Amino acid sequence: MAVVFDKPHALADMPMHYCPGCTHGIIHRLVAEVIDELGIEGRTIGIAPVGCSVMAYDYFNCDMIEAAHGRAPAVATGVKRADPDKHVVFTYQGDGDLASIGMAETVHAAARNENITVIFVNNAIYGMTGGQMAPTSLPGQVTQTSPYGRDTKHCGFPIRVCEMLSELEGPEYLERVTVNSVANIRKAKKAIKKAFQNQLDGKGFSLVEVVSTCPTNWGMTPQDALKWLEENMLPYYPLGVYKDRSAEEGDK
Amino acid sequence: MAKLTFKTDRCKGCGLCVNACPKKLLQLAPDKINKKGHHPAEITDQDACVGCAACAMMCPDCVIKVER
Repeated sequence: MAVVFDKPHALADMPMHYCPGCTHGIIHRLVAEVIDELGIEGRTIGIAPVGCSVMAYDYFNCDMIEAAHGRAPAVATGVKRADPDKHVVFTYQGDGDLASIGMAETVHAAARNENITVIFVNNAIYGMTGGQMAPTSLPGQVTQTSPYGRDTKHCGFPIRVCEMLSELEGPEYLERVTVNSVANIRKAKKAIKKAFQNQLDGKGFSLVEVVSTCPTNWGMTPQDALKWLEENMLPYYPLGVYKDRSAEEGDK
Repeated sequence: MAKLTFKTDRCKGCGLCVNACPKKLLQLAPDKINKKGHHPAEITDQDACVGCAACAMMCPDCVIKVER
């Protein structure tokens, strides 16, 4: 019998601290599978964020660095520029890290078309700190700090990161995917692989936004959370490719 | 003929694999508790499994190894 599915080599063999049903585990695995398939484990350096995935450095077998909150793209810039031909650099960030405190670093790394790969996990809430409203929380969404639902008159509107960055000239590749079903997991892996391949080809800033769940802080079972994601998050955060400069230039 | 192997003590009992199985062959063992205190996933009918690996793809914790 042949093994058709097992833990990828680039993922460390240790239990993850994530809550039951948290999709972080799936996204970690997809990144590790891509690292395996491209054969780049020995030259990959990951930058871990602050947030639920703060301990991502324990879960990957490649080298990892822990950045200050939100500063992963800035740290990635330094690591990449130190030896651009050797290092393959990715950041793994949540929405509180990337879209809130780290927004400046994200936007400027994209504007500079820094040759790095960014994996952006958007679950519309601050997970690690206990479920407060995030910049990506949906209008009307109940969180610890918006118990009557997010009031857009008082708190403004959630930020669509892919759409916002797509207005910049800089970035090479922006795509939004999700992991709520096997079909979508396959698509997400394809997008993550392309984001790494772009870096190997020297094309520039590639960001994959993964629409994700937080069953614990949303107050749902993992199954209900996936359903809620499909019914509420996907209409506000539509899936798709928001920028693919090489493909656009190829068309001309 | 396919074979599923579970790292039972890694299972957090989230049930995503149970829902992912197109043939509904998985369940959270009602009479077992693992080291973490969860009811771990198990297969009810190994012979009926075709090894599509949908369960393993949905599992956030790499609990399931699939051979075919």
